[in-house]
Amino acid sequence: MFDDPNVVLHCEKIDKIYPGTKALDQVSFDLLKAKVNVLIGENGAGKSTLMKMIAGIEQPSAGKMYMDGQEVYFKDTNAARERGIGIIHQELSLFPNMTVFQNIFIGHEKKNGLFLNDAEHRKGADVILKRLEHEIPADTLVGDLRVGQQQMVEIARNLIQDDLRVLIMDEPTSSLSAAEVKVLFKIMRELLEQGISIVYISHRLEEIMEIGDHVTILRDGKYVADADIKDIELSWIVENMVGKNTQYHRFERSIDLDHAEKILEMKDITLPKQGGGYLLDHVNMYLKKGEVLGIYGLLGAGRSELFECLMGMRPEHTGEFIFEGKKLKVSSISEQIERGFALVPEDRQRQGLIQTLDIGKNAAIASLKNYMSGIFLNDKKEDAAVDEQIRDIHIKVADKRLPILSLSGGNQQKVVIAKGLMTHPTVLLLDEPSRGIDIGAKTEVFEIIHEFSERGLSIIVISSELKEIMAIADRIYVLSNGKCTGELSGDEITEDNLVLASYAGLGTGAGARS
Amino acid sequence: MKKNNNQLLMTLLKGRTFIVLIVLVIFFSFASKSFLSVTTLTMVAKHVALYGILALGMTFVIITGGIDLSVGSVVGLTGMLAGGMIQEGITVGNKTAYFSVPMIVLFMLIFGCLVGIINGLIVTKLGVAPFIATLGTMYICRGFANLRSGGTTFSNLKGYEGLGNVGLKVLGSNIAGIPAGVYIFAVLAIISAILLKKMPIGWYILAVGGNEKSARLSGIKADSVKIFVYAVSGFCAAWVGLINTAQLSAAHPASGDGWEMNAIAATVLGGTSMAGGSGTIVGTIVGAFVIGVINDGMTMCGVSEFWQKVIRGFVIILAVVIDQTQRNLQAKMALQARNENK
Repeated sequence: MFDDPNVVLHCEKIDKIYPGTKALDQVSFDLLKAKVNVLIGENGAGKSTLMKMIAGIEQPSAGKMYMDGQEVYFKDTNAARERGIGIIHQELSLFPNMTVFQNIFIGHEKKNGLFLNDAEHRKGADVILKRLEHEIPADTLVGDLRVGQQQMVEIARNLIQDDLRVLIMDEPTSSLSAAEVKVLFKIMRELLEQGISIVYISHRLEEIMEIGDHVTILRDGKYVADADIKDIELSWIVENMVGKNTQYHRFERSIDLDHAEKILEMKDITLPKQGGGYLLDHVNMYLKKGEVLGIYGLLGAGRSELFECLMGMRPEHTGEFIFEGKKLKVSSISEQIERGFALVPEDRQRQGLIQTLDIGKNAAIASLKNYMSGIFLNDKKEDAAVDEQIRDIHIKVADKRLPILSLSGGNQQKVVIAKGLMTHPTVLLLDEPSRGIDIGAKTEVFEIIHEFSERGLSIIVISSELKEIMAIADRIYVLSNGKCTGELSGDEITEDNLVLASYAGLGTGAGARS
Repeated sequence: MKKNNNQLLMTLLKGRTFIVLIVLVIFFSFASKSFLSVTTLTMVAKHVALYGILALGMTFVIITGGIDLSVGSVVGLTGMLAGGMIQEGITVGNKTAYFSVPMIVLFMLIFGCLVGIINGLIVTKLGVAPFIATLGTMYICRGFANLRSGGTTFSNLKGYEGLGNVGLKVLGSNIAGIPAGVYIFAVLAIISAILLKKMPIGWYILAVGGNEKSARLSGIKADSVKIFVYAVSGFCAAWVGLINTAQLSAAHPASGDGWEMNAIAATVLGGTSMAGGSGTIVGTIVGAFVIGVINDGMTMCGVSEFWQKVIRGFVIILAVVIDQTQRNLQAKMALQARNENK
């Protein structure tokens, strides 16, 4: 079965089910021999999940994989390694407390009898790093290296495998400089000549056009299309990535935003990245009163970081915030809340809720000092405020003394939003407010956003879902690799414009600096 | 110029525990006339060996990011079990079996490993935090140590020629003027250093402590590594239980009470990070000497037991603060070096 000599590995109708979501849905995939197999899709499309199956990190819920005409099953990474499959992870998986040569050879130690042969390790590390044109002393601690150098060590780890047949690279260039990317591409071509197959995941579309041979597109965990790179153009990729399915209706605004005053201006906001480069690269934005401002961008574009600067969680940032005409000195979260900023964070469970408290307390926790009588909490005042808020944004709650986790994801999210609203903010910051909630709840969250903006609240919404941000935002800034690469309003807001701008900062040359 | 200063400071910081040790020895030899005598130093060495052996096992555990609070109780329990086997033998039905001392030593070492393996299993398979898991086994072992004799001491453990179980006292006596425990400490330390530096398991231990997720992704069986380090810790504790019992020629159920803290203190003084991922055997040995010298030195100078505790507490906090200073400085220097290379 499936004994095509040009296919190293064949995936047949792979399903992966996580509690509550289907990350992969009947995906079939051919890994072509001695080619660069590119995988593309939006965040959460299932690219990394599929690669985890192939590398043995996770196991499919259903479906089969074949190599050399035989069915294979990888119960762990060792099983996949035995078949010659190596992976370079999206997040570096190195040991900062260990030396370069230890990192390279761990799992493939060279031994003299029972003992480690460190002389050979050092020599081997030197040889492989020379090939990568990065002669890093083998005894350096990896934690002391630049991120780009660490990435090279990660690549070196995989190259020492003698029987390497498939190398999976999950966004290997995200932290490399242009020169380093060049070296990487050279190595990749060498590997291809040796008959090694490469799977390449990247968000940098130009790179894909340069190095890729065959592209497969995933969307929402499903296979969408595949083609040879030579037969296609960039626009074909964008079109297939985005798709045309769900539509949200656009909200009509009654406020004349053209004449509204600017309530918040961000000037030259810059946030340096550890190990070189910028998380935010001289970003300029403004927000009008009553406006719903969208911020679109890929994962790691710097969206959440912008909110963190604004909320005082990133004291190392530079630049100016001008709020209601006055220059702000942002120093602490509580001070920012006092000034009228409220943040609904991205990670509801870890940052948004306090799981051990009940629904009512979760809603009131940020505004407790409004319900004081002397030094005591006035339960009556607190209850009244909570009840009013619950009614106002229609949270479906049987009893506000129930545990917060008794609510559905959507209603939990509304409680987090209620918490923000109860501080009576002037500016509401929503980071991915629709993540992990069902369609019905999403629509309700959008209605809340619309409703409050009509009442004059200024709102900034971060989203990585095109359709959503297009439906709710009056104006959209696009962030890409820390840079503001687009400002769109009215008819300019189209999927193509948004997607293209979101890749604009990733150019191989300008992308990463070191 | 500034860079040279940094480097000098760095060298001093790296050798700090050793410097402290020398300063302490000089200080105590002036403070107490009898400190620099053969008798005193032999006594110090005897104590250092006990804390040191526990600290060797503790070093492995702490490098993986765990902790083992049960070692003090394992010292007490292995002592009681060994004492009981010499004094009363093991009775099954109406027959009583007596074992030779080498057999008893072997049984106790295996027993220590088993307690360690149980600790490891609770931590890895049941997902209990190491602090809690070993706190539990600490109480359980202490309880059994008392239950073994109903709380009384097995005294005068000479054994009986006729039963063939004499000879435990070898572990507690001096050989060529040096306590047997010191030899055992030395051998265990060398084996530990080889394990950590020269064998793959050493890398795996560092890897699990440095980044457990990556370790798993690299195909390292992180659970087995953790079970191994707790087993080593239990093994070391069993040695201490045997040596201590031999030294006293008696087994008391409260033996080893609180010794886990000395072991942790020695390990931390030796530069092992409580966050896991780094630590050396040499450091731990020096740390054990510092703890031993402080304890015995203060006693000889007539410092009250109560003040000794206060001082020990300060020393440990100070050690960790200095350790963090070193790490920060190291990070700063690495950053500098990186900038200069550009």
